[in-house]
Amino acid sequence: METTNKSILFGLYNDEEIVLQALKEAKGQHLDVYDVVSPFPIHGLDPLLGIEESRLHIAGFCFGLVGTLTAFLGMSWIFTKDWPMIFGGKPYWSVPAFIPITFELTVLFASIGMVITYYAINGMGPGVTNPVLHDRLTDDKFAIAFDAGNASEDEINKFKAFLENTGADEIQMKTI
Amino acid sequence: MSAVVSPIREPLITGRKSYHDITEDICAPSERAPSLTWVFAFIVAVTLLGFGVFSILWTIWFGIGSWNLNRTIGWGWDITNFVWWVGIGHAGTLISAILLLFRQKWRTGVNRAAEAMTIFAVICAALFPGIHVGRMWVIFFFFPVPNTRGPLWVNFNSPLLWDLFAISTYFTVSLLFWYTGLVPDFATLRDRASGLRKKFYNFLSFGWTGSAKHWSRFESLSLILAGLATPLVLSVHTIVSFDFATSVIPGWHTTIFPPYFVAGAIFSGFAMVQTLMLITRKVLKLEDYITLQHIESMNKVILLTGTMVGVAYLTELFIAWYSGYVYEQFAFLNRAFGVYWWAYFAMMTCNVLSPQIFWFKKMRRSIFVTFVMSIFVNIGMWFERFVIIATTLARDYLPSSWSYYTPTWVEIGIYLGTFGIFFTFYLLFTRIAPVVAIAEVKSILKSSGDQYIEEHEKHYQKAIDNKVKQH
Repeated sequence: METTNKSILFGLYNDEEIVLQALKEAKGQHLDVYDVVSPFPIHGLDPLLGIEESRLHIAGFCFGLVGTLTAFLGMSWIFTKDWPMIFGGKPYWSVPAFIPITFELTVLFASIGMVITYYAINGMGPGVTNPVLHDRLTDDKFAIAFDAGNASEDEINKFKAFLENTGADEIQMKTI
Repeated sequence: MSAVVSPIREPLITGRKSYHDITEDICAPSERAPSLTWVFAFIVAVTLLGFGVFSILWTIWFGIGSWNLNRTIGWGWDITNFVWWVGIGHAGTLISAILLLFRQKWRTGVNRAAEAMTIFAVICAALFPGIHVGRMWVIFFFFPVPNTRGPLWVNFNSPLLWDLFAISTYFTVSLLFWYTGLVPDFATLRDRASGLRKKFYNFLSFGWTGSAKHWSRFESLSLILAGLATPLVLSVHTIVSFDFATSVIPGWHTTIFPPYFVAGAIFSGFAMVQTLMLITRKVLKLEDYITLQHIESMNKVILLTGTMVGVAYLTELFIAWYSGYVYEQFAFLNRAFGVYWWAYFAMMTCNVLSPQIFWFKKMRRSIFVTFVMSIFVNIGMWFERFVIIATTLARDYLPSSWSYYTPTWVEIGIYLGTFGIFFTFYLLFTRIAPVVAIAEVKSILKSSGDQYIEEHEKHYQKAIDNKVKQH
């Protein structure tokens, strides 16, 4: 969530099952849900919100491949071109001996790359402060949020009615 | 979501906790002033650490001559301690990665502390290769960086260099995995705090909000990291065992070393997790989250891996005899009945015989027995490494160069110092971070909380009763 002075209308719920029910309802009413905030991952939420499976694994594969190539090509170049040396009468290009380091660097590059990508696309990082809708959302409350900034009075009333009818405990408007 | 719960599953969260109770209980230890026990333990840990630093400085100043190594025995307590600590570091990633892939829910109660333990143990381990080379100021020769020495490269064919890569990768990946899981929990602490404390946790929580999209990515990242960490954790101790197995020393030059080392590492790692968890759950009052069920599950792993280690010891003996190779035969005869017979005896008793007690359910669920056993296993696994290293080296090919080795106070001091490092970090960790993964425990509440399981049990019973009535 970026800080762009958005007006967010959200309702607080006490249980993830109520949230899932409410989201099914929202889908039926064709309401455009801005976000759902929860203290832990809710299973079965992604399809309701239309969140597609993350493509992080593709990024991970690419970073891993870079690691594999760096290690394998690097060692090959060093031992055959830059400084050829015989170890124990074995050939310069002793591929089996390169396997452990190639594996380790693959894992290392994939992990570091993926974690950095994850924080970057989430807009997170050391010292980053993102607006928090409510203090209890990392504790025991769940929120369904609507973007009220561009919505008409009518729509806002519709959102409010929806939140009330689906069992929200508390309804708040917050500018972030 | 109301998950389908088998009524025969034992609850993993007891005390009829609500989501808010979980937050309160797990955040509490870092929100109250440190207890006297903590302060006392911290002072002891820092003192040990100080003594360790002193011993290390002594080593650097006077050289490796301040240790009792000699021309026959070139590896002593240093590498023994290195392998021991690396081994301990294996349980954390096993719990967090392999058990995640196996969807073992009991993992959530212990993974955070076990991963922290992994990281601290690897720090302790990494210290030894660093100082055992003697001239610490040229340690950068380890790294394949462009240099003014030719450029002279490191030997990529050497298992010792593979080890450097394995340990550094393992440390980095464990740290990333651990911290990524910590971020949502730091956000929980942040939202409960005020003032300077809030600023501190705001920094640590990286701006986490709990948005649905972030959770979706979080889960997918955890899964892939687990998938990467699983072969990694197996590779690390395999490579550590290569340090020995690729040499041509009878007693080391065996193909059984990799699986045997990995089993031993998991064995000792779980023992250390038990030691720490039993104290942590008691002191921080987390008995509802780290239950007897968790302890029993870990004892089962200890029993399994301990037995695997036992089979490996016997296989080694059998193969030594069966090979008909006189040097190999002597190496093993010497291990069991040579000058270090007592170390072999300690290893066999602690690692092979004593874990068999866990065949009995009563013993697996006894806190006292578990605690004593976890110490036994830690001692036994230390002796295993000592037996492999010192006894083997003490009696080599030429009787004229046979030798005996006992550590000096400097070597003992460095070993005690690693305990200082380990416990200083662990104690700080219990003050700063939630010791149990809050978000993960919440996500299993509805399938593993005692009140939900009881509810399901009632339904189940009712269904059976109805069936009986119908017939």
